[in-house]
Amino acid sequence: MELNDLWFVVIAVLWTGYFFLEGFDFGVGVLTKGLARNRKERRVLINTIGPVWDGNEVWLIAAGGATFAAFPEWYATLFSGFYVPLLAVLVCLIVRGVAFEYRHKRDEDRWQTNWEHAIFWCSLLPAVLWGVAFGNIVRGVEIDARMEYTGGLLDLLNPYALLGGAVTLTLFTFHGAVFIALKTLGDIRVRARRLATGVGSAAAVLAVAFLGLTQADGGDGVSLAAMLVAAVALVAAIVMNARGREGWAFALSGVTIVAAVAMLFLVLFPDVMPSSLNEEWSLTVDNASSTPYTLKIMTWCAAVATPLVMLYQGWTYWVFRKRIGTQHIADAH
Amino acid sequence: MTADMTLALAPETLARWQFGITTVYHFLFVPLTISLASLVAGLETAWVRTGKEKYLRATKFWGKLFLINIALGVVTGIVQEFQFGMNWSDYSRFVGDVFGAPLAFEALIAFFFESTFIGLWIFGWDKLPKRIHAGCMWMVAIGTVLSAYFILAANSWMQHPVGYRINERTGRAELTDFLAVLTQDTTLVVVFHTLTAAFLAGGAFMTGIAAVHLRRGRHVPVMRTSLRLGLVTLVAGGLLTAVSGDQLSKVMFEQQPMKMASAEALWESEAPAPFSVFAYGDVDEGHNDVAVEIPGLLSFLAHGDLESEVPGINDVNEAEQERYGPGDYRPNIPVAYWGFRWMIGFGMTSFAIGLAGLYLTRKRLWLAPELRTTEDEVPRLALTRRRTLGPALTDWYWRVAVLTIGFPLIASSWGWIFTEMGRQPWVVYGVLRTEDAVSPGTSQAEVLLSMSVFTLLYAVLAVIEVRLLVKYAKAGPPELTAADLDPPTRIGGHGGPRSGPGPGSGPGSGSGDGAAEADRPMAFSY
Repeated sequence: MELNDLWFVVIAVLWTGYFFLEGFDFGVGVLTKGLARNRKERRVLINTIGPVWDGNEVWLIAAGGATFAAFPEWYATLFSGFYVPLLAVLVCLIVRGVAFEYRHKRDEDRWQTNWEHAIFWCSLLPAVLWGVAFGNIVRGVEIDARMEYTGGLLDLLNPYALLGGAVTLTLFTFHGAVFIALKTLGDIRVRARRLATGVGSAAAVLAVAFLGLTQADGGDGVSLAAMLVAAVALVAAIVMNARGREGWAFALSGVTIVAAVAMLFLVLFPDVMPSSLNEEWSLTVDNASSTPYTLKIMTWCAAVATPLVMLYQGWTYWVFRKRIGTQHIADAH
Repeated sequence: MTADMTLALAPETLARWQFGITTVYHFLFVPLTISLASLVAGLETAWVRTGKEKYLRATKFWGKLFLINIALGVVTGIVQEFQFGMNWSDYSRFVGDVFGAPLAFEALIAFFFESTFIGLWIFGWDKLPKRIHAGCMWMVAIGTVLSAYFILAANSWMQHPVGYRINERTGRAELTDFLAVLTQDTTLVVVFHTLTAAFLAGGAFMTGIAAVHLRRGRHVPVMRTSLRLGLVTLVAGGLLTAVSGDQLSKVMFEQQPMKMASAEALWESEAPAPFSVFAYGDVDEGHNDVAVEIPGLLSFLAHGDLESEVPGINDVNEAEQERYGPGDYRPNIPVAYWGFRWMIGFGMTSFAIGLAGLYLTRKRLWLAPELRTTEDEVPRLALTRRRTLGPALTDWYWRVAVLTIGFPLIASSWGWIFTEMGRQPWVVYGVLRTEDAVSPGTSQAEVLLSMSVFTLLYAVLAVIEVRLLVKYAKAGPPELTAADLDPPTRIGGHGGPRSGPGPGSGPGSGSGDGAAEADRPMAFSY
């Protein structure tokens, strides 16, 4: 395997880590409306991800930085091309992060309500937009001979990509609901489980449609296998959740995300951003990558840092492994 | 549309404004984050080692202000990571092979560290033994310093590109020596200067807020300790900022003579060269109408002697035209000149206020016994061995000390504006021009939209943030609870790591704890 192929895999891993981890963060954010019935319950939900959401988000920064370093052309085309959606994601991530940190810092009802709205919308919108973005990346967009995106905003909002957005939204919400069931106590835990069945079923229907279209368009045997793993894991997650096996349900919804993202990257390879105008203009792991020297340095860095990150982030989850319920939320600070 | 308006709305201009606004804004939070992380970690360590409650109260107080500050630092940092791609795609394509690596290192090594351990620190009060809890803040502090190092290495490469070659076939810069990028003199001196300036800022922040309370005689034991720590940090940081600034200017005189000539409005080469105290000039004509100068000082600053020649703007411009082809290689000279002065002026004023404070509040040295104060008294501002400042002057000192909170932030903002604008018209000095770095496919409307959105959003967040800081700064250190004084001795909390199977158990479930212990509210919750 060449180093640029390896870095394609590393970037896929970073995005997978991001969607696995921030996937349930987004889901929890979306469920602060719909699942929580009052402020205290909303706070229970927010606090299930309280200690970890910030570390989870770094997977995105790492994916962005790694793309810049390993595939500068990919980074340049993607982020200058998908300008407005990326702007929306950035604004959401800013507001959402501030909302978590500042919501409880004043007692006024309006202050808290406003930040709670912010948490909901700024979790929902990125959850949709990442699916839209990946739909477009995999399907290919209008890229010219100079590797510049020439399409407009509306071209990005095509039905296939929007279906991708619906998949990520429902899948992340399901992942979040299962996570909540695993991390909470009392009534809300039961309701999360009940809600997960519905959301999970919707996610299953949408995901099979989206991944099926993707497979039909450019898949091979390996991507088909990944797709089947995703589908089976999702169904199994729904079943385990319904049976109250919360740990299994969460692990399986995680497998679903991993397999689905893996499938998208498998279909994408060896392109990194296919051009819909002319195959020759596509960005590939070869024409978009950095030099072997840079990739070698990056490989050393990633080989040392990534396992360490997983170790200490894993330790964080272990430290905060206890379930929480409304009784654990103090009234005032 | 007039030519001026066309220029004002050119993608390059808009992209530069957006980068300037978002970066200066981001950097308001960075120095405080870097320094307060270490200061809070130091205070918590003092608590762990001495068991004195004032240190724990100080930790909680400054920790809260630190968190309000870092929240914005973190989220505005995300924009920085992506706007190279959004607005500067040709830059990203050209330098990605070199510039991307330190950015990726920053994310993989520093950001993960910072963000993971900050979560542990915020929520870990009732989950971690106090040593480990304090250790988490040290990890955050290390993360902030590492992060600064990698991003400054990347920036230093733009100031003084090393360890690369230009690939003739692709027309791109390619990394040949990463170690050179990480260890070149520009990087090391800039890191030294930026970190010391960060501690100047943190020291001033602590001094100022402690002064607010001491002026009114409130929260004396905690604020007295904080004042001392703030003043020492401010003075040490200020002194080292000056030393590193001097080193940096010597490096810059070698590497970017144009920037330093502009900083001095030195139009013609002179030997010996004078330091400009004040100048008012004509940029088109290329000379100063009014100039107040100290003879020989600039030669000294540039080369350490009083005779050497320092090249002037007009001569450097001609030399660069010869080297890079026709064009105007002068940056915006008034901005460079005044930016340089605001940086030094505000930074050193803050340092002077700190120095005065450290002297006035000295505890024993050259101080009559009757002027010495105990732990719970406001320190007397002693001018001589037996004399204190009068009440009016004392009050003024406290007021000035409050003002100094803002000075280092103004100084570092101007420092960045100076060093970035002083490099123009280059984005990578001598290699890539700023006008060639923008995204060719991005429309004016898109850049205008994102610039407006970020500016508006950041303005609103600034108001919210400052109000919160004021609220929590005014509230003073919290009273300690029984739980605060009885931190867990085992990881996971008082209940210990009992993760017996609860109903519907799976990985991570642990609901089998004793009822009273299990229902204890979290020490901190969002």
